[in-house]
Amino acid sequence: MTLAGVVSELRPGMTIGIGGWGSRRKPMALVRALAASGLTGLTVVSYGGPDVGLLIAARAVRRVVTGFVSLDSIPLEPHFRLARQRGEIELTELDEGMLHWGLLAAAHRLPFLPMRAGLGSDVLRVNPELRTVRSPYADAEELVAVPALPLDAAFVHMNRADARGNGQYLGPDPYFDDLFCLAAKRAYLSCERLVQTSELLAAGPPQSLVINRAMVAGVVETPNGAHFTSCVPDYERDEEFQARYARAAGSPEEWAAFAAEFLAGDEVSYQAAVVRLREPTPMADEAPADDEVPAGDAVSAGDEVRTAGGALEGDDVSAGDEVSAGNEVSADVAPSDDEVPA
Amino acid sequence: MTGGRAATTAEICIVACAEAWRGDGAIVASPMGLIPTLGARLAQLTFEPDLLLTDGEATLLAPVRDVGADDRIAEGWLPFRQVFTMLAAGKRHVMMGASQLDQFGNQNISCIGDWHRPKAQLLGVRGAPGNSVNHPVSYWVPRHSRRVLVERVDMVSGVGYDRAAALRGRSADFHELRCVVTNLAVLDFAGHDHTMRLRSVHPGVSVSDVAEATGFLLAAPYQVPETRLPTAAELAMIREKLDPAGRRDEELA
Repeated sequence: MTLAGVVSELRPGMTIGIGGWGSRRKPMALVRALAASGLTGLTVVSYGGPDVGLLIAARAVRRVVTGFVSLDSIPLEPHFRLARQRGEIELTELDEGMLHWGLLAAAHRLPFLPMRAGLGSDVLRVNPELRTVRSPYADAEELVAVPALPLDAAFVHMNRADARGNGQYLGPDPYFDDLFCLAAKRAYLSCERLVQTSELLAAGPPQSLVINRAMVAGVVETPNGAHFTSCVPDYERDEEFQARYARAAGSPEEWAAFAAEFLAGDEVSYQAAVVRLREPTPMADEAPADDEVPAGDAVSAGDEVRTAGGALEGDDVSAGDEVSAGNEVSADVAPSDDEVPA
Repeated sequence: MTGGRAATTAEICIVACAEAWRGDGAIVASPMGLIPTLGARLAQLTFEPDLLLTDGEATLLAPVRDVGADDRIAEGWLPFRQVFTMLAAGKRHVMMGASQLDQFGNQNISCIGDWHRPKAQLLGVRGAPGNSVNHPVSYWVPRHSRRVLVERVDMVSGVGYDRAAALRGRSADFHELRCVVTNLAVLDFAGHDHTMRLRSVHPGVSVSDVAEATGFLLAAPYQVPETRLPTAAELAMIREKLDPAGRRDEELA
């Protein structure tokens, strides 16, 4: 399929699930195509990162269903933050594990799954539609009945896939991409590289084939299609580009300029603009510092970031805790920390 | 040679964080933030060798104890879906941050102000609701102040003792807030009805300094001890092996 072909199958007001996690292995080419489509009123279900931010910036989103929206190395997604503070989007704020459970329930075609997470917290206060359920067994324990999160469509991005929809991740974590696909009526898989079925096992073991063709309605090859999120081992996050994106989100003028430079055309023109950015320019003040090679080409910039994170950070994002607010939050709200998840 | 230089506040906090995991054995330690991470690694390298720690992504790394050796050995795989299962199984102790924390240990990392249209959108609840009703939780507060230690939090993300006590079923049994490490002191929940209590003050900090920086009435024993200092071996481990680049002070800046 083509990106345009995928978008042509979507309708306003749909519920779209997006795989990956934070700013990691996000199907950004599909997201960019969706953002450019003019579709509105979407509900987006995601372990949120710039996918959510870009769709909010495109005014495509009515509601976000998530446990967080973060750029990882930049703790708060700027478009999401602004939209929340302006009251422009609706939010279903769930514990990260509840999101997993809702996708699993949908994949299993169950109405809900019981869970301990959420009890005692304000997740139940801000989502008054959530119900608890009492165990029918002797323990009679009261638990949250996490409702299924069925999706009209899902987007996931894999390192490799064949044309029939068998998808392979080669990075450290499958995230919940298989569940996003199974929870959706139609799932669309983008990949760094389309290969012959016979070549799949050359890249990784059978258990890296986390998506099978029964889960998928369409496949699109989108090289560098997770940019600027990470897609290891093909490439690390493009931290410099992400910082540029986050800065631009700070003012309408800068965002308009960013959108004009990168988002006005199709995916081919986006990728060309990213490449242009990397080329040395005659304007000294525009040139990146020596040690900040924008990523995209495999290791470069991200490598540095990963070393720092790998050596010292905890699994900050895991199961989601994470230190509180980001350094961008103004002091009067008492953020504690500027966690920089690796 | 590190013998001469006295321990800094960051180093005292790293050791205090490490102490949070003492006695935990073979469970996943999940530190959020640099100083808790250094603390968890220190604990794993010294008195709590059975702790499991990840590289910040999905690989579990076993410690290599020699000072100077910077390699750790991959010993397992812990993708997010497995983190969720381990946490629900109770085999985890996380140290989270807190934008707000009240006297019962209710924590907020979601937003400031009215949730429906927040004055400041923060991280979102992330995994805090599930963590806090499934396994031990501690908190790290790098800037102890009345803005963080508040009378009432705006959005309960991590569940405190008062709310846990109201739960029916085993969730109340699984709920345990171990300690709060700040730049001024170490606190626990051994006060009346599991309210926050001052356990120790860091060197150079007085009890009244802590009380003034706290937005609720803090329980304290008659004699408040001083937080223990790092041993020479711990200091060497921190300075030469865990954080030779000296990033640890940045989190307190």
